[in-house]
Amino acid sequence: MSGYFKEIFDGGKSLLVGLGITFKQMIQPVVTERYPRTAPKMPPRYRGHIDLVRDEEGNNKCIACGMCQRNCPTGCITIKGEKPEGAKKKVLTFYRLDFTTCSLCGICVESCPTDALEFSKEYNLAGYSAGDFVFDLLKRCEERRR
Amino acid sequence: MSEWAADPSYETFVLNMGPQHPATHGALRVKLRMDGEYIVEAEPVLGYIHRMHEKMGENRTYLQFMPNTGRLDYLSALSYNHGYVSAVERAAGITVPERAEYLRVITVELNRISSHLLWVGAFVLDLGGFTPLLYAMDDREQILDLLERVTGSRLTYCYFRFGGLYNDVDDDFEAGARAIVKRMRDKLPMYHNLISKNIILRQRLEGVGPITGEMCRKYGATGPVARGSGIPYDVRRHEPYSVYPELDFDIPVYEQGDSMARYLVRMDEIEQSLRIIEQGLDKMPDGPVMAEKVPKIIKPPKGDYYFAVEAARGSFGVRLVSDGTNTPYRLKLRSPCFSNVSLFGEAARGMLLADAVAMFGSLDLVIPDIDR
Repeated sequence: MSGYFKEIFDGGKSLLVGLGITFKQMIQPVVTERYPRTAPKMPPRYRGHIDLVRDEEGNNKCIACGMCQRNCPTGCITIKGEKPEGAKKKVLTFYRLDFTTCSLCGICVESCPTDALEFSKEYNLAGYSAGDFVFDLLKRCEERRR
Repeated sequence: MSEWAADPSYETFVLNMGPQHPATHGALRVKLRMDGEYIVEAEPVLGYIHRMHEKMGENRTYLQFMPNTGRLDYLSALSYNHGYVSAVERAAGITVPERAEYLRVITVELNRISSHLLWVGAFVLDLGGFTPLLYAMDDREQILDLLERVTGSRLTYCYFRFGGLYNDVDDDFEAGARAIVKRMRDKLPMYHNLISKNIILRQRLEGVGPITGEMCRKYGATGPVARGSGIPYDVRRHEPYSVYPELDFDIPVYEQGDSMARYLVRMDEIEQSLRIIEQGLDKMPDGPVMAEKVPKIIKPPKGDYYFAVEAARGSFGVRLVSDGTNTPYRLKLRSPCFSNVSLFGEAARGMLLADAVAMFGSLDLVIPDIDR
């Protein structure tokens, strides 16, 4: 019989202890971020979708070798390059990233021989159609130049 | 099945738990044959989100399969990264610098803690307690923030590379990891007071859903499920890999085999992981994080290789059959959740439905890991 009452007493105590913890937590400062009002700052290594790196003159460093395209596990990169007459190196004319299939593994950034790719810090990506996530990186690069 | 249930004139009915059910945490269906509130037969129906990861491994290069490993068990993705890179390193004969191995172990253990924290929250949520989920999420958030600073991603990591790591940690990492160890040490008594000692939780878990050691052996259950049933099996101890032999930690084992035992194993594992992280930070040497001579295209010699790691849910094994080309001939992934869910049918027999849900939660299943 005493065991029965002890169980009730211990059980009731455990519930009160739990309530005490939640009460203590209630008067603690708020831990959540008020997201749309305060935007979080992304750490330097944050992996957003890839972007072309610009050099000092604002040009891209891509030599259109196609390593990123070849190494991509999901084939989400399409690039085209051509050699202008008289020039020694190939010049990038088209760089498309299909972000719907990208898994942000970073193999393209790693495999680039001229370090022409970087991760962007963009995280506010939402759209109404799959087409919203197909990026023309060359165009983005030109736009940032302006 | 008991005699009266085998009698065809006795009325039973079929109840589907899932594929969309809050307690299955994903698309898993369990077909239950019920006698009122009691389960006569339970049969997990798998394959709703099968993505052919093993087949995908056969038609892409070794490096290209890396992102897939983070998407099997997305809650302890780094363990899976670790298992896969180690298997390929064993096959190709690549030695990894010591600093890289230490960093792998530290990040994997951080990932294990975050996985267990999420499990605790979700498990108590299944049982009807909402508050602990929020506290667990708050602590988990700190770990995810730290791992994000290191790896660049928060959940589906792709951080390890053959021969080392994607990049070295920044200068703040050590301080950040030590802060998490301290924070978790301070917080663990709170979890025990709030959850472990709570009378409602104890009444629902103690003695409920017993799984015997024999059953674990029969179905190949590993991880906290086996350790909660008195089997002291841990890959980190029994097939030591990486730098685990140099670290001092205990394997928590409970004999009871009930849902409470599995819960306590995981809570104790958080403590042990904290110890591992602390020792790892103390012992971590300076140096490179990438081996010097790693071929750009990995072509392991012909052969059959196996490597197992202790993931948060049990033993994760990669069996790699190489034919000498740059793609695997066969890539078999042994996932712990598949074995752990297999014993549910036998263990749930004769249980009350509500108890079975509690027991189901205590198995800590991640459905994409079952349907690879």
